Amino acid sequence: MVLRIKFAKYGPVKFIGHLDVMRYFQKAVRRAGIDVKYSNGFNPHQVMSFAAPLGVGLESRGEYFDLEMHSITSTEDIKNRLNAVMADGFEILRVKLLPEKSKNAMASVAAAEYEVRFAMPGEPGECNLEEGVRMLMNRSHVDYHKQTRKVDTHIDLRPAIYSLSADQTTGTIRMTVDASSAGNIKPGFVVDALLEQFGCTVNPLHVKVTRIDTYTCRDENAAVTLSNLIPLDDMGMDA
Amino acid sequence: MRKLALSDDILMTVEKPARYIGNEINSVMKDKDAVQVRFAMCFPDVYEIGMSHLGIQILYDMFNRWDDVWCERVYSPWVDLDRIMREQKIPLFAMESQDPIRDFDFLGITIQYEMCYTNILQILDLAGIPLLAAERTWEHPIVIGGGPCTYNPEPLADFFDLFYMGEGETDYRELLDLYQECRENGCSRVEFLHRAAAIHSIYVPSLYDVSYKEDGTIASFMPRFPDVPERVQKGLVQDMDSAVYPMKPVVPYIKVTQDRVVLEIQRGCIRGCRFCQAGQIYRPVRERSAALLKDYAHTMLSSTGHEEISLSSLSSSDYSELNDLLDYLIDECSEKKVNISLPSLRIDAFSLDVMSKVQDVRKSSLTFAPEAGSQRLRNVINKGLTEQNILEGAAEAFQGGWNHVKLYFMLGLPTETDEDIRAIADLANRIAALFYDTVPKEKRTGKIQIVVSTSFFVPKPFTAFQWAPQNTRQQFLDKAYLCRQAIMSQLNQKSIKYNWHEADVSVMEGVFARGDRKLCAVILEAYRRGCFYDAWAEFYKHDVWCKTFADLGVDMDFYTTRERSEEEIFPWDFIDCGVNKAFLLREWHKALRGEVSENCKVKCQGCGAMVFDAGICPRK
Repeated sequence: MVLRIKFAKYGPVKFIGHLDVMRYFQKAVRRAGIDVKYSNGFNPHQVMSFAAPLGVGLESRGEYFDLEMHSITSTEDIKNRLNAVMADGFEILRVKLLPEKSKNAMASVAAAEYEVRFAMPGEPGECNLEEGVRMLMNRSHVDYHKQTRKVDTHIDLRPAIYSLSADQTTGTIRMTVDASSAGNIKPGFVVDALLEQFGCTVNPLHVKVTRIDTYTCRDENAAVTLSNLIPLDDMGMDA
Repeated sequence: MRKLALSDDILMTVEKPARYIGNEINSVMKDKDAVQVRFAMCFPDVYEIGMSHLGIQILYDMFNRWDDVWCERVYSPWVDLDRIMREQKIPLFAMESQDPIRDFDFLGITIQYEMCYTNILQILDLAGIPLLAAERTWEHPIVIGGGPCTYNPEPLADFFDLFYMGEGETDYRELLDLYQECRENGCSRVEFLHRAAAIHSIYVPSLYDVSYKEDGTIASFMPRFPDVPERVQKGLVQDMDSAVYPMKPVVPYIKVTQDRVVLEIQRGCIRGCRFCQAGQIYRPVRERSAALLKDYAHTMLSSTGHEEISLSSLSSSDYSELNDLLDYLIDECSEKKVNISLPSLRIDAFSLDVMSKVQDVRKSSLTFAPEAGSQRLRNVINKGLTEQNILEGAAEAFQGGWNHVKLYFMLGLPTETDEDIRAIADLANRIAALFYDTVPKEKRTGKIQIVVSTSFFVPKPFTAFQWAPQNTRQQFLDKAYLCRQAIMSQLNQKSIKYNWHEADVSVMEGVFARGDRKLCAVILEAYRRGCFYDAWAEFYKHDVWCKTFADLGVDMDFYTTRERSEEEIFPWDFIDCGVNKAFLLREWHKALRGEVSENCKVKCQGCGAMVFDAGICPRK
């Protein structure tokens, strides 16, 4: 039996990287004393699948991992036991039992929703965010030059954006974008593209990002649209 | 939510920001207004190294059990953050409260190796505490040092207000009580230090005068006041079972060097290897009972969630209840899917059996530390391991499926000849040959792989070799070259890989290990010229160090290659670690004659540690 566990990550622990978060939860599961299943072999390990890695510095209210169990008391009890051994900044929000033969968390991810705030007063300068959203969503292509140490390529952001809105008065942007392993879009890409329309740039350190939730498709065979997206834990049930 | 000392911008810029955020599982938060003493406990190296240290976990736990004390941790900011903190004038802060260290009552620094000395100055500097103890006032914390390097604290004498000699479990309460009394009564800092000198285990370097002979050796080392003791005796835990031990050690978020539950099964060592400082300064050997350790293992695994447990001691095979303890751990750990790591085990039938139960034989390697290649030289250093032990252990292991062997040796030991060095290659070759003799062709799962590593011998205080001249840098390099040549000329040389250490750092380590107060000025100047993180090869600046010694007119050879007379007063002679100088001198003479000494279990050698009336020592 497999549990899908939803958690939040906020405050100073946002500086802990993905691999260390995985190690943190492996130890937390041991501290909680729940009846987790271990793999066979010389170095048995917990069978865990994390949905979508969260970048260092990002907060989240919608992180997920799957955990294979030997037996469970109840999903509520497991949530309480895990919360009893959490460090400040990690919070277990929901524990659900997955139906048999469900896809694991990582393979299920289709999209993620983010909220973006600008941390510095006065930023992002002369841009009207709401106008920027309208302009961007009306384009059929949004070319983005993706440059990292390993990659130097152009991608089209437009089909990867499922929803985009902004609030000029609070200086926030809200977006739902592709987060699948094949087409993951960082929220910063969209922010860059939005501001570029006004010839603006922003220091990436001044952009505060919160992942609101992570989604999978209700109907795998249908196109990825807002109406086809459901939070990852909607797949499971209380037990 | 805690507020961090560093801004998000900085944390997003530096490598591994999780080093600086605190908030780890089992870290202790207290109300700073509800405590009387704030103690910052520092390991002057990067977080991953410092968090792996058992001693700090023990003292952190002990201090925080006291309601009036809040002990927090601090580590060296890595070079990237160091630069930012200097540029932006951000004061060094503690992990838990994120408050500046400068406002604490105490800054305790554990001194585990010589090459961290400049990092101590980095800590003080970033904290905004004057580097020289003489320039500090009540505006600054009391800076106190502890750990193995305090068995010769003199190269650091100018930087510390106090040193704590020996095991921290014994005398800190008295020191903190005196501190609180002095602060309440408005005592001067000088008066506090003076009164602290009367506490057992406490050494106050500013209260001693050192005079030197013309040849640079010490003429006299005397307290400046009649009520300051001439000698300082180390603190020693008499009964390990009643000593504090952390049931809830702090669990780091990021991967650190020692990322596991550590069970200290015993303290001290019966062996008396003549090069080994730990074997002397932690005498007498004291065991924890297996019954207690089983309970600790269970509790600590539950409180941390660690997936690995390790035994800690200088020589685990000498622990008398090892069978019983390991039986329990193997059961408990297989049920909980916890790995057991077994360092410092003698290779014999028993340990191989245990290792095959807890490790994947195909992936693990066997480690032997003969330390010297020939039996003659092993007798000189009193290393009880014989060639027969090694070959029998190896043969047994090869039959059990192992084919990776690591061999550790030292170059530059007293009385060493070229023959002794060639014997290293010969021994490695014979172990390789033994593999082919022992394991029939059809049973071989791979080739035999032997890794020979040599380090350069650095004589340490409180060992029989404290009188020995250290080899010169050139001698070190010649010996490593000879060893390499000798290995290359063996029949099985293709199965043998050879690694050797850097010679430069060993020379500098030798200077500090047996140094005196004259080195304080050199360390200070080298730090000002940019030396720090000397323990990290990529930051060690040998040329800057050498130039600093030359510019200040301090002769490095005086501390390393010089032959010391038997009458010489050593800088560390004022420390009473139980083991006395007369015993060490007897051992030095026996070493030169190639005579071995029995271990503590076989026969008491009268080292002096009996004064503590503890552990293995025969009762008075």
